[in-house]
Amino acid sequence: MDKRFDLRHFPGFRSVTFFCLFLLYAPLVIVMIYSFNDSPSITNWDGLSLRWYIDVFYGVEAPKYKAAAFNSLTIAVCAAVASTTIAVAAATAMHRAGSFRGRSISFGLINLPLMVPEIVTAVATLIFFSAVGFKTGYLSILIAHIVFCIPFAYLPIAARIQAVDSQYEQAALDLYASRFEAFRLVLLPLILPGIFSGFLLAFIISLDDFIITNFVKGAGVETLPTAIFGAVKLGIKPNLMAISTLLLLVSILFVTLSYLVGKTGEKYHARPK
Amino acid sequence: MAAGPSNAPPSKSSVYHGLGTRLMLPSWIVIGIFLVIPVGIMFVYSFLTKEFRGGVIWEFSLASYDQFFLYRGLFGDEPPTIEWTYLSIFWRSIWQAALATFLCLVIGFPTAWFIATRAGRQRSFWLFLVTIPYWVNLLIRTISMKFLIRESGPLNEFLLMLGVISEPLQILNTHLAVQLGLFYSYLPFMVLPIYASVERYNYALSEAAADLYATRWSTLRYVILPTVKPGIIAGCILVFVPSLGAFLAPDLLGGAKTFMIGSLIEEQFKGSAGNWPFGAAASMILLSMVLVVLTFYARAQTKAEAR
Repeated sequence: MDKRFDLRHFPGFRSVTFFCLFLLYAPLVIVMIYSFNDSPSITNWDGLSLRWYIDVFYGVEAPKYKAAAFNSLTIAVCAAVASTTIAVAAATAMHRAGSFRGRSISFGLINLPLMVPEIVTAVATLIFFSAVGFKTGYLSILIAHIVFCIPFAYLPIAARIQAVDSQYEQAALDLYASRFEAFRLVLLPLILPGIFSGFLLAFIISLDDFIITNFVKGAGVETLPTAIFGAVKLGIKPNLMAISTLLLLVSILFVTLSYLVGKTGEKYHARPK
Repeated sequence: MAAGPSNAPPSKSSVYHGLGTRLMLPSWIVIGIFLVIPVGIMFVYSFLTKEFRGGVIWEFSLASYDQFFLYRGLFGDEPPTIEWTYLSIFWRSIWQAALATFLCLVIGFPTAWFIATRAGRQRSFWLFLVTIPYWVNLLIRTISMKFLIRESGPLNEFLLMLGVISEPLQILNTHLAVQLGLFYSYLPFMVLPIYASVERYNYALSEAAADLYATRWSTLRYVILPTVKPGIIAGCILVFVPSLGAFLAPDLLGGAKTFMIGSLIEEQFKGSAGNWPFGAAASMILLSMVLVVLTFYARAQTKAEAR
């Protein structure tokens, strides 16, 4: 169609979009490229090599980063499992249990971690653990992560439950399924893509968190972001760029996965209203 | 909630009628105990007396708020005047966050519009490209920015090579660097909600405007922008609120002169120089500001929906 008559077309918007994507990706791509630099300096380019990746896994600092990565991964898995479970129950309550006391305030409560600025949550959580005499460390990080992962797990699950017609469960109940069976055998399989998306997002959010973890980690316990932050404070080193690239790839992998799962889920079951 | 399942046949839409409270209970407990109560305790802490090695003494005091707003001279015996140190840090944060929001909007709106007007599969691809940075670790994105704009970094080398500049630009540790960091951090937060709004836009409205001899740009100004306003407001909130309390961008890209609220609060809880009640008070002030913004948002949203 002639662009002059296409009402959706605005001159310049395409260039702005390219500019926007360029801005978003340029720093990341540059760090990725430099992570393959065969030079101990971050400024000079000495040709391609994987030496900094080898350094990440076998170098002097490898034990530190491996321990941090272990903490990050186990916390992310536990926090994602816990917050997804809580979110499934909450989403079922919000969209399948009719009205109950405290329903209207519940939605605000679930989204509260998104509304309170991260630094405020961090301060409040630190003060809380200190006030009740809870020793900060691995467990305090995990608890804090579960809290702020709940809304991220909740949103895709709730969207999914809303999209699934409750007639399927009604049919199960008519056929003498108990309500638990209707949930386990009918609703749960239907909302599985949403649960999976929610789990992945919670996992990524937990893996990425720096500010809250930095406050509640206590001495001695590090996650990858806090270990990286500590190292950056002393200057950017080439091995940091290799770690950054690896984390970047993990994020991209998970988002792609979550996106694809969401797509396959859309084709089945969901009925347009 | 005593009604058993037998005497309360589930209504058409509520299969798990009566179980709402029980299903909701885990969320209430977790968020209640580990977020609502902590914010309450933080509020109490802001009225306590500081202990020198971090932590508090349980004695009521207004010292934190006094320190924040009033200057009483070096020895505390002069008549109080307004203390500008912290107010100017807050003012700078608001200013930086507002500018970042504006810049994100200027770049984000055309991007969201462009993506939303692509055909089916192409659209999901574009959208996916914008979504990826949204989920990439903020720390890593900030470090990438630091790497890019540092004195001997790729940006300066590139500009030197082109001959645009003769000496490397000193960008790090300036307000510009912090602004760049905030803008870069939260740009995807602007695009996605606006996209969601534009996607639902009814193009018949544009056609009607065109039939009435509206130009392209006046259609944008008087028809499109008012219609997709909820998305724009949501995007602005999503950029402004985290920018206001940002810690990573001012800490990694800025220096002592670019202090923002986030850095001020963090400093109160690190090391022996800390002052917990003061940090709690600063957090309370930040939280109240955010609540004001969110209330405004909720009002604007209800108004937009009522139309």
